[in-house]
Amino acid sequence: MQAPLARLKRPSALYRMLGDRVFVVVVTLLALGIVALSLGLGYYLYLGGAQAIERFGFWGFLTGTTWDPALKEEFGAWPYLVGTLLTSFCALFLSLFPAIAAAIYAAEYAPKWLVGIINYLVDLMAAVPSVVYGIWGIFVLAPFLRENLFLPAYLWTAEHAPGILPYLGNPSGYGFFTAVVILASMIIPYTTALARDAISLVPQAQREAAYALGATRWEVMRLAMLPYARGGILAGVILALGRALGETMAVAMVIGNTNIMLKLLGIPLLYPLFGPATTMPSVIALEFKEAVTDIHLSSLIALGFYLFLVAFVVNLLASYLINVFKVGGQRA
Amino acid sequence: MIRPEVKTTSGNVHEELPLRMETRGLSVFYGKKAGVREVSLPIYNNRVTALIGPSGCGKTTFLRALNRMHDLTPIARVTGEALLDGQNIYERGVDPVEIRRRVGMVFQKPNPFPTLSVYDNVVSGLKLVGIRHKGLLDEAVERSLTQAALWDEVKDRLRAPSMSLSGGQQQRLCIARALAVQPEVLLMDEPTSALDPISTQSIEDLMSELKKHVTIVIVTHNMQQAARVSDFTGYFLTGELVEFGPTNQIFTNPKDPRTEAYITGRFG
Repeated sequence: MQAPLARLKRPSALYRMLGDRVFVVVVTLLALGIVALSLGLGYYLYLGGAQAIERFGFWGFLTGTTWDPALKEEFGAWPYLVGTLLTSFCALFLSLFPAIAAAIYAAEYAPKWLVGIINYLVDLMAAVPSVVYGIWGIFVLAPFLRENLFLPAYLWTAEHAPGILPYLGNPSGYGFFTAVVILASMIIPYTTALARDAISLVPQAQREAAYALGATRWEVMRLAMLPYARGGILAGVILALGRALGETMAVAMVIGNTNIMLKLLGIPLLYPLFGPATTMPSVIALEFKEAVTDIHLSSLIALGFYLFLVAFVVNLLASYLINVFKVGGQRA
Repeated sequence: MIRPEVKTTSGNVHEELPLRMETRGLSVFYGKKAGVREVSLPIYNNRVTALIGPSGCGKTTFLRALNRMHDLTPIARVTGEALLDGQNIYERGVDPVEIRRRVGMVFQKPNPFPTLSVYDNVVSGLKLVGIRHKGLLDEAVERSLTQAALWDEVKDRLRAPSMSLSGGQQQRLCIARALAVQPEVLLMDEPTSALDPISTQSIEDLMSELKKHVTIVIVTHNMQQAARVSDFTGYFLTGELVEFGPTNQIFTNPKDPRTEAYITGRFG
């Protein structure tokens, strides 16, 4: 026989009220902790870099093209900022099509058994430490690109259009393009995973709407699935961009680390395609241990502060774009 | 039009009407389990055929067999024949994409493409067949929206997002989208079950107009709706077609005691 509900022993009202309060306080504190952590990070980066920012000015440091820790002790973030943005966006561009293609295949076309394997490998690729990508880049990718792409292209150009040789740069294999390829292969799993999930979440009703109009499989994808999933796909792209902007080790290992830029319309805006380049995270990682003067150290921390700002702006822009593009107010 | 011999449970009393579709011994299996068993049913041209029956009786499963929607479900298998203008749509070499262009479908819940405007939703099927000519598209939009009794309400905001319409308008938009490609048959799977009474009525009202242009098969769990809108009614029970006949006769003088029990509300 069942006990009547009224006779069951229940926690007292005071206990329940207190439990509720304690829970609210705990989750609030933890959430505020995250806010404090991110603000504190930005603040202390600013404090650490304040010496450099005061000496060169906020915009002066940002647009300064000289990085001379030895003689002039003059520092500017521009070559590193440009290097970071160029490598990241090029990598994003290079990775976009293969990543979305893989996501479409995994979400719609692949047989069930293969989907499991693909998903597992994609997640694995995202979990491989970047130094491992770096080693692969040094020993496999860079020599491969040098022999099969850089040298033939360089030799052909030397013969037919020597004028643009400076834009190609030294075809040693360690430089801008190799870094872009490494970065692209590192961020593909991020875009793929999020795009795949977004595509899988498209309601069956949307698919059927397109099929019932006489759409082929690809047309269903184009008409119903991709537009519906575009918010999620964009989220994956932005996450990948964030990863590319902050990626340090693998890039530092293959990019050549030289801040000599090419001028476009008199402004240093480019790196040679094959030749060495540099990024903000890689110069921080490489020079931190040998920064002996205060101003050098402060400049490196200031670089970190600017990188923080870049990430901040990119994320802000991202959440705005995702809001604009996502399919809102859906019925289930 | 090819006129195969019709055998219905009520005899060959509608011999004079031309057939648009017909199923012969059509069964649908999910894995080993049959969702629809051996259904033979005529679908008369420019008439509304209603399929009624309790939940899970297979009426929706049957409906989806009429434009090969089961092709999209890996475990589903269809046996028997479904003829469209005398041709078996399950025959080898028949392109299901082509069949779905000729046999359109409207679903339970309105499912317009949310990222497209009202206009682009209507023309989406036409663009699939490669029609890009602006004049043709404009014409099709006005014709289909008028047929779907939506034109007057949206003619001034054709570029508005489809999701800005009300639920009832969205469903009529979906009807217009299906009509735009000028299908021969329109399958409607409980098209008003997610709508309020007023929207329901507007859709019921337009069906009698629509059947001049297109043959309609409607699945409904609402018997009054079947009685109001249809010319013929088929009663399904546990995957089988129990009885088929003119709606009038099914509702006033059912031959099968099971149909009578359902119609008079003794179960279901």
